[in-house]
Formats: sequence, structure tokens, C-alpha cells
Amino acid sequence: MELALTFATAVLYSIAFYLLMSKHIIRMLLGVVILSNAVNLSIFINGRLTTIAPPLIPSDLSVPVDPISNPLPQALVLTAIVIAFSFFAFLLVLSYRAYQDLNTDDTDEMRVAEPKEEGLPPLGY
Amino acid sequence: MATEDLSLLKAEAMTQSTLAAVDHLPVMPLLICFVFGSVLLMLRRRVDLHPVLAIPGLALLLATDIAILWQVWTNGTMTLMLGGWLPPFGIAFTIDMMGALFLTAAGFVALACGIYAAASVDPVERRFGFYPFLFMMIGGVSGAFITGDIFNLYVWFEVMLIGSFGLIVLGSRHEQLDGATKYCFLNLVGTTFFLIATGYLYGLFGTLNMADIARKAAAMEDTGPLLTLVSLYFVSFAMKAAAFPLNSWLPASYHTPRFVTSALFAGLLTKVGIYAAIRVMLMIFPPERAELSVVIAWVAALTMLIGGLGALAQSDFRRLLNYMVIAGIGTILVGLALPQLPAGTDTGPIAIGMSGAIYYAIHSIIVMTALYLAAGVAAHLTGSSSLHEMGGLWRHNPLFAGLVLVLFFAVSGLPPFSGFWPKLFLVRATMSADMPWLAAMVLFSGFLLTIASARVFALGFWRSLPAAVDAPNDDERARIVGERFSAAGPEKAASLIPLLMLTAFVVIAGVWPEWLLQMTASATAGVLDPSGYIDSVFGGRP
Repeated sequence: MELALTFATAVLYSIAFYLLMSKHIIRMLLGVVILSNAVNLSIFINGRLTTIAPPLIPSDLSVPVDPISNPLPQALVLTAIVIAFSFFAFLLVLSYRAYQDLNTDDTDEMRVAEPKEEGLPPLGY
Repeated sequence: MATEDLSLLKAEAMTQSTLAAVDHLPVMPLLICFVFGSVLLMLRRRVDLHPVLAIPGLALLLATDIAILWQVWTNGTMTLMLGGWLPPFGIAFTIDMMGALFLTAAGFVALACGIYAAASVDPVERRFGFYPFLFMMIGGVSGAFITGDIFNLYVWFEVMLIGSFGLIVLGSRHEQLDGATKYCFLNLVGTTFFLIATGYLYGLFGTLNMADIARKAAAMEDTGPLLTLVSLYFVSFAMKAAAFPLNSWLPASYHTPRFVTSALFAGLLTKVGIYAAIRVMLMIFPPERAELSVVIAWVAALTMLIGGLGALAQSDFRRLLNYMVIAGIGTILVGLALPQLPAGTDTGPIAIGMSGAIYYAIHSIIVMTALYLAAGVAAHLTGSSSLHEMGGLWRHNPLFAGLVLVLFFAVSGLPPFSGFWPKLFLVRATMSADMPWLAAMVLFSGFLLTIASARVFALGFWRSLPAAVDAPNDDERARIVGERFSAAGPEKAASLIPLLMLTAFVVIAGVWPEWLLQMTASATAGVLDPSGYIDSVFGGRP
């Protein structure tokens, strides 16, 4: 099970990096989503996968009786999901706005901040 | 039976004693940032109240930071366990000397930028939320310096990032959107690397408390996976700090937002990356850091070179400063690249070098913020930040020109200002570590920065205003000069106050460096031998 999931994560990582290397913002956005999911999966696997019970304690006890699965990676993944989702929402709006204002989603053509024909600084006066 | 169990368990997992008031200090900077940030957010229609509330808030933050620094300096590392859980269960807020120094420097530049923004950010943009974002971002930065939990450090990185995203797009001009797109994507990928590394770290150690990890890593026998882990951390922190070859986002974006936003970013954000690199690589994983030191040395050397050469090639004052930030990052990384001598020798090159690097980081936070603010004042006075069009500042604003000259001396590492001593330490450390080429690179980069600063000073300050020189007659000339320089609104004085504050530090830290050197030496000792940090968290418990 761990092995299969590891391979799945590796595939997700490679898709994410492939997409992130694209020049087009829309593909990079997809890359960011897939990357965050790949990361979440790898944190999840790092908590060790077992088929034992969920981390629930019976109501009349204060400690679990049988071995339970580790709840902490799930808490970490939950935090990471929230953060990744909010960042993705921000990036989506930003990219859309940049597309509207700059009329391009090709990062090579986004040269407003770094104009090509700036030339040398003045060499004397 | 269950209740008895519960109280027993509580005794084992939670603190029973109540805390003294002073023990709550570590959480105060965050509390101040978030309370002020949210109050200002609620008052978003009353923009006239924003500076009136924000500046006392930032002053309070600085006072708290100084109180923490004083407390740590006199009583050693302090720890607050959130929720009363005993380590390693809860999230620990641990401040050692290094964290306290960075925290205080951050509070100082935040106050300076807050005052400057009151004069320079117009009310419309204030309504978009300059001050709330400022507080959120400073909250994230302070949290990163305070926390003792590595996943929590990641969360503070993200808090800081989202605050900075808000600040960088404020105004939504075209070049801002362009710069912001690049900044946001690359920084998000950088912190994602941090998250990946932290996931694997948890898989290896089963704990996220940095003191606990440091203990376990020192006792670990099979250290094979650690080198990979540390390399991954190095990539993510280098990306955050804009070290070569991961620096391309910085020159693409830092000159696009308002000057005061650039100043905050340049002062704080890259230094958080540096802080995290020192904390994780040097304190938690020293042997692995030592193995990577050749790589770090190359990265540091190339970052310094790229920074210096890039600064020489720019014709815009602010874009030139972007490269000066990068050169500074390279200089700090030199401290992290030194080899570690066998245990017991606490005067080895790494101790001297790291002390210099932390000093340089503090200096860089303050001097880079000051320079971006100065660029803002210069652009306001001459109507442009392009070296082709600037001029006449020396004649018309001698006080301002004098301040900028001091800052240029400091950023180039010339005595008697704050950039000189840390560079001296770094050169001494690299020489004694038998890395003369790295020492040469520190000096060469300083030389390039000197040329770049001298060019800005000659063109922007010494020469007359080109527009006035080209004017057809004397009346026209007088009119242009009068329009530019004598239109002294009330905002002019307010924007000089933060510059004076920051320059005062630069002078004091250059002329009387001993007090700061003692502090950075103590910070270095705390990082090189984390037993004080570990004891503060665990308090002698196993």
C-alpha cells in the first residue's frame, strides 16, 4: 500500500513540476494545485500507513486501548490543505487580473516590470 | 476510573503551575500584530484613523520586542508552551538570542516604515488596507522568529507570505501585477519545498519540536536520509532568501510596489529565509550542514558576485537596490559556509563567522530598509528613480544627501559604519578557515557595491538636475528647480524621521559595535551549542 501510494505521489510530483516549468500561467496554476496535493499525500505517507483503527477513544475511557493510527499527520495535512487552497484562490484571482491587464498569460511576454530596452546606466555626465 | 486516569495523564502531559506575567512575553508581539491588524481592518472606512492607531501599535510592538531582547539577554532563552502542554506535545514558542535580535530589528524597521507610510501612502491605498496587511505581515515575520516548532515555522512563513501578497498588489498598477505574479508563484513553490521537507522530517523523527529534533538528530545513528533532508531545506530557504541561482524573483518584483512596501520586503522577507536556514541547518543539523558547506560557499560566492554585477548594470535606483539586497544575502551565507572545527573549540572560524553573519543580517535589515525609503524620498523630490533623470539632491537637500551617503558607505561595507565590522569578521573567519577565495569574494563584492553606490551618488546627488541643465533659460531653470525641490509639503519632514532613526542605528552600530557584537556572539554560541535552547524547552526533563 505504501509503495503504491509512493509511486502515485511521485507521478503527481512529476506532473506538477512539468506543468510548473511551462510558460503559461494557467498551466502553472494547475501545477501548483497538483503540487500541493502531492505534498499532502507525502506528508500523509510519512505518518505511516496502517490498517489499524482510526484515532478515536471510546467515551468511557481516557486512553485508547488498542493501537490507533497517527492523527498528527492528518492535522498537518488539514492545515496544509487550508493554506494551499487559500493561496491557490489568491493566485487564481491575481493571474486573471494580470491576464486582463497585461493581455497575456505568457510569462516570457510579461516584461512590464523589467523592460527589455532599458539600456546602460549613464556612464558620465 | 476514567477520571483518575485523566488527572494522572494531565499531570504527565500538561504544566500544573501557573505562569508569571513575564512568561507571556513571547506571545505578545503576535497578539499586538493581530489585534491591531484586525481592529484596523474593522475600521477600513476610517482611513484617517489608520496612522494614528498604527504608529502607536508599532511603537508598542517595538517596546515589547526590546523587552523580550532584554529578558533573553539577562535570563537566557525563554520558552512558552502553548495550551499548557508539556514538550514535545504542544507548540513551543522559544526565543533565544538570535531570534530576539532578529525580532527587535524587525520591530524597528516596521515602526520606521509605519511612520514613513503615514506620509507617503495616499488615503485611497490606505483604504485598500496598507496598515492591516503591514500588521499581518509583521505578525508572520515575528512568529517565524519566535516559534520553536518547525511546522509552526512553516505556518508563519505562509502568514508572512499572504500579508506580503496583499502589500505587493496594493495599487494594482501594471508592473505591480507583473512583478506580483512572479513573486507569488516562486515564493509559493519555495514554501512548498519547506513543507515537503517538514513532512519527511516528521516521518523520520516523529516530532516537530525543534529542540526535540535537535536532541534526536544528535543521537541518531543512521544519518543517511538527513543529508537529503537538509539539502531540501537549503533549497527552500535559499529560494526564500533569494540566493543564486534561485534569486530571479527578487529583481523581478521588489521595485514594483510602493517604496515603503519594497523597503519592508527588502529588510525583512529575505532575512526570514536566512534566519530559518541558520536555525534549521546550523542548530538542528550541524554535521549535515558541515558536509554541505562547500555547496553553500559556492552559492554564497556566486550570490555576492551576481548581486554586485547586477547592481552595476542597473539604471534605476530601486532596481539597483534589488541587487544590493542579493549581494547582502550572499555575504550572510558566507557565515553559514564555514567548516566546523571539532567540538570543544568554541573560537573556531564558524563562531567568528556566524557572529559576523548575524551582525551583517541585522545591519542588512536596517540599511536596506533605509535605502529603499531613501529611494522613495529621492524619487519624490526629483520626480524619477531613473539615474538618467535624477540629480541636484546634494545642493537642494544636503541633510538628506548626507544621510544617503552614510547609508551607501554602510551598504558597501566601508568604515566607520555598521557594514564594516561584520565584513571584517567574515573575512577573518574565511581566512582562518583556509578559504581565501571566499574572503576575496566578500571584498570584491563590497568593491562592486562601492562602485554602484558611488555611481548613484554622483549621478543622482552631485550632478545638477538634468532637466534643469537642459532648460532654455535661467527663469525656466529656476522654475523647474523650484517646482521639484521647494514644494516641501508636511510629508517631507515625516519621511525624514524614519530615515534619521535608521541611519542613527547605522552610525551607532558602526562607531560603538561592542554591545551588538556581544549580543551576536552570544546568539552564535546559542546556535552552535543548542543545549541552552533544549534546556529552555524541556527544563531538564528527559
